Amino acid sequence: MTYKIISSQCTACSACEPECPNVAIYEKDGTFVINPKKCTECIGYFDDPQCVAVCPVDNTCVIDNSYPRYQAA
Amino acid sequence: MQGQLQTRPLDDVMQQIAEHKGCGTSSDAGKASCGSSSAPEDMAPEVWEKVKNHPCYSEEAHHHYARMHVAVAPACNIQCNYCNRKYDCANESRPGVVSEKLTPEQASKKVLAVASTIPQMTVLGIAGPGDPLANPEKTFKTFELIYKAAPDIKLCLSTNGLALPDHVDTIKSFNVDHVTITINMVDPEVGQHIYPWIFWKHQRVTGIEAARILTERQMLGLEMLTAAGILCKVNSVMIPGINDKHLVEVNRAVKSRGAFLHNIMPLISAPEHGTVFGLNGQRGPTAQELKALQDDCEGEMNMMRHCRQCRADAVGLLGEDRSAEFTTDKIMEMDVEYDIEKRRAYQEIVEQDRLEKVAAKNAELIELQEEYSDVKILIAVATKGSGRINEHFGHAQEFQIYEIGVEGTKFVGHRRVDLYCQGGYGEEDTLPTVIRAINDCVAVFVAKIGGCPKDELRAAGIDPVDKYAHEFIEQSAVRYFKEYLGKIKSGEIVHMDRGDADIRQGAYIAA
Repeated sequence: MTYKIISSQCTACSACEPECPNVAIYEKDGTFVINPKKCTECIGYFDDPQCVAVCPVDNTCVIDNSYPRYQAA
Repeated sequence: MQGQLQTRPLDDVMQQIAEHKGCGTSSDAGKASCGSSSAPEDMAPEVWEKVKNHPCYSEEAHHHYARMHVAVAPACNIQCNYCNRKYDCANESRPGVVSEKLTPEQASKKVLAVASTIPQMTVLGIAGPGDPLANPEKTFKTFELIYKAAPDIKLCLSTNGLALPDHVDTIKSFNVDHVTITINMVDPEVGQHIYPWIFWKHQRVTGIEAARILTERQMLGLEMLTAAGILCKVNSVMIPGINDKHLVEVNRAVKSRGAFLHNIMPLISAPEHGTVFGLNGQRGPTAQELKALQDDCEGEMNMMRHCRQCRADAVGLLGEDRSAEFTTDKIMEMDVEYDIEKRRAYQEIVEQDRLEKVAAKNAELIELQEEYSDVKILIAVATKGSGRINEHFGHAQEFQIYEIGVEGTKFVGHRRVDLYCQGGYGEEDTLPTVIRAINDCVAVFVAKIGGCPKDELRAAGIDPVDKYAHEFIEQSAVRYFKEYLGKIKSGEIVHMDRGDADIRQGAYIAA
């Protein structure tokens, strides 16, 4: 799986962008999005997914169930 | 010469509004001690040099000089219960709110455009809408660009302090003379009720631990600023029942670490803001509660009482907001030529006006020195700036409040009256709202006023005064006070306690 950002809740504050260890977050059409191909759920980097920990709006960075769980190489 | 108390004539109207609004008008009045005034005489010349053109660091300067904020720093590293980043409404004026965020390049262009249009704009601040030091690259890139293009503009920033110790050297390298830290507590037990979490070392830290880390970093950052010779203003949000009594302790803690100025601001809290405090019904302080706390803290340390709690993209004199004139679309079309000499020439005229104003007040004060009285009165003033009574009563978006006694005049606050979202209030209800906002004042000084509001103000026990139209505020205030004392002596009037007033309610429309 990967994390995704619920765009209707995103304030575009950009706090998540520099925290992502995979450089998976970028701005698109006024809000931020996560590239599912790059997201590792922060596994191998941090105990907590960084976008979730820093986001000022609760339940905005959430697991995207449409992708399989990330497997560390 | 102490007057006696009388019941206030407007109680009926007030109670009617109070019932409608669900809040009482009970007051803790009478506690109006007066601290030392922050006259330039008690300030070191090198400090005065740093603050004399900075509207946020000098009350006197704020009548003459303007500031602007550029919203280049949207990210934040802490969560505060009085802040909600989700609703950014163009019609609201409070910290953390912006209409559009800018890149450092856009910000630099905007600063030059504003500085060329408003020659008395002397200060560029970065105040969010998040935390400038949680966006260090954008903040310092903006400083770098402006430092090169407009070296006469003072740079300053406002931070929650969490990241401050990491950046003091960089701040110093841009000749930043002014840094504001928002410090609402020095005790984590108190802090846990204000800060739900901080983002620290790649983790979300909550509860007392979060507040403990935050207060440690704030104190360390403040000490480092003092050591680096950077003036530090401390902002504190007064939250009744949570940190109101504790702020006296905060005052002592920041004073002992070298803070230059303490700005205790009222909590802005309404359900429509969507903040934790707005939604849980946490109230803000009344005007007299705020003033009493500011008076208690005033001693060796200057208290700021002229803060307008402006937006993170405000432009203009404090109390006015011209940001709508400088949207990104508009500034990109503007042909800007930065003329530093023209700005200097304009500012010299401002300086002459300032000197004249101070001389006029001092001349008026000489006669007052022979008077002995412990009577103090508050007056409300309608002004557009320059230290003059130059606004019509009906056009005033705010009133400035001065306290006058035999020691002289002191600016003690301001009251916004450009309310909206009043839950069905119409035009006919505007006047009672204004009266509520200046109810603790004996008189209101205006450039002009209509017959109708004049009568209603009189009925409310507030003297509408238009005879000082376009004169200097403080000189006129002293004159009025002399007459007032004379009338008490002759028995023409009885000095009475005026009670409390409202600071601001609901949300506010940008000017």
